[in-house]
Amino acid sequence: MSLIAFLGAIEAGLLFGLVALGVFISFRILDFPDLTVDGSLPLGAATAATLIVSGADPYLATLAAMAAGALAGLVTALLNVWLGILHLLASILTMISLYTINLRVMGKPNQALLGEATVFTPFEGLGLPFYWLTPVCLLLLLVLAVWLVTRFLTSEIGLGMRATGANPRMAASQGIETGRMKMLGIALSNSLVGLTGALFAQIQGGADITMGVGVIVVGLAAVILGEAVLSTRTILLATIGCVIGSILYRLAVAFALNAEFLGLQAQDLKLITAVLVVIAMSLPGLRRRWHGRRRRR
Amino acid sequence: MIRVEEICVTFNAGSAIETKALRDLQLTIPAGEFVTVIGSNGAGKSTLLNLIAGETRSDSGRVLIEESDVTGWSTARRSALVARVFQDPMAGSCENLTLQENLALASSRGQRRGLSQAVNRERQEEFRRRIAQLGLGLDKRLNDRMGLLSGGQRQAVSLVMATINPMKILLLDEHTAALDPKTAAFVMALTDRIIRRLSLTTMMVTHSMRQALGHGDRTVMLHEGRIVLDVAGDERSRMRVEDLLHLFEQVRGQALDDDKLLLD
Repeated sequence: MSLIAFLGAIEAGLLFGLVALGVFISFRILDFPDLTVDGSLPLGAATAATLIVSGADPYLATLAAMAAGALAGLVTALLNVWLGILHLLASILTMISLYTINLRVMGKPNQALLGEATVFTPFEGLGLPFYWLTPVCLLLLLVLAVWLVTRFLTSEIGLGMRATGANPRMAASQGIETGRMKMLGIALSNSLVGLTGALFAQIQGGADITMGVGVIVVGLAAVILGEAVLSTRTILLATIGCVIGSILYRLAVAFALNAEFLGLQAQDLKLITAVLVVIAMSLPGLRRRWHGRRRRR
Repeated sequence: MIRVEEICVTFNAGSAIETKALRDLQLTIPAGEFVTVIGSNGAGKSTLLNLIAGETRSDSGRVLIEESDVTGWSTARRSALVARVFQDPMAGSCENLTLQENLALASSRGQRRGLSQAVNRERQEEFRRRIAQLGLGLDKRLNDRMGLLSGGQRQAVSLVMATINPMKILLLDEHTAALDPKTAAFVMALTDRIIRRLSLTTMMVTHSMRQALGHGDRTVMLHEGRIVLDVAGDERSRMRVEDLLHLFEQVRGQALDDDKLLLD
């Protein structure tokens, strides 16, 4: 693998580390399987790209993308909390609605960002080669994001959110408004995914209506890989694990695609990811069954 | 003070399995009184507790705690006034959080939660002091996950969690029923000690007649959603388990087949 391909994998791994953090908050902290992310990633991309093309400051455009993501997450949480729609279904409904909304935001299926100033433009004068610039910026951003998410989840509100996911009855009896916690958590999770979409559009030079397909599976793969590599004993280890897992996933994919004897092509990526997630999720159960059988013998 | 006025609770209203869990229930518990509630399965004990905690809504009537009408309040809102220990040791705490994180959750009960760190050194000292009073050696295990503790240890910690913050009433929902006899006796002695020290208004639901008469100041017996016995003072202190059992059989109009009530 060339240095540029390696850095490309690191870059994608860091970028989707934000998705992994978001998925960690919904799936692991709140126990809320949220598929909204498949829609909120292109929503973030579409919002940022459309605003930048119409002359907005890229930083403001990126903030707007985060707000749009948060709003999408809030809709999912409200469908669940207020209307009592099953969480999974609520998130699918939002995801489907976002397909239309994203087309409306862009007015077409994609929006190019060629030659526009991006959030990375101010750092271009620092003398780093272009293939180093984005990974370094993303690394700094991810360090900040991990620190902020960890601080939040160990704060009083964050602890209330963790209790909401782990034991809602106990949480309510300790004075935690569990419905409000779900709204906050799912909004936060999707704002991270909206941010990913905005940065993704600015890195790859445009937003596309299909860029969200399978984001949830990639995020989940990163979370599970992170849990396998690092322990989940503390929140800090778990959040760092999300980012490490995301990078490992991208490296594994890059190696697989570069290993010519495997004969894999870029379009095989989604299938490989799904198979990886199935294996990772079934391993603990299979291991238990295997040990059980041996003991009985 | 707890006051329950003309409360009716119906489950599955309008369906074939409609059950009237509480019928026109009236009950006033003055401040500082420790009431034990007894009754057979389905008598409405747990419904009454859930009603006061805010988990169950009534069809009619009012619930007052101190002087506040809390009838329309959510469980979370009532938590500033009500603390509770569940029957299932797993239900009262989060097993994936550490002991001190669980205690931190309880210390903020009834208060505004902010973005400051939930566990700080000052709180840690307070937790260590409170947990050391249990005499279980758990003060050295504040960083252990709650799931690593035994059922008895978890119930003891639940009692500390319930009383770590000022509140008006304590609800105990058969909180020793899931424990072995020795641990149950320990948790019950601890309960008595805490209630007496803080002179808490307490309502304890129990399955055990001995526990109902042996603890607290007053005993209430529920049957089919109504209060059929309400004793306190001398009358109660003269009463033996057999008398209570006899009364119990009378209201049920049949011989008692539930041996569990006799034995524990």
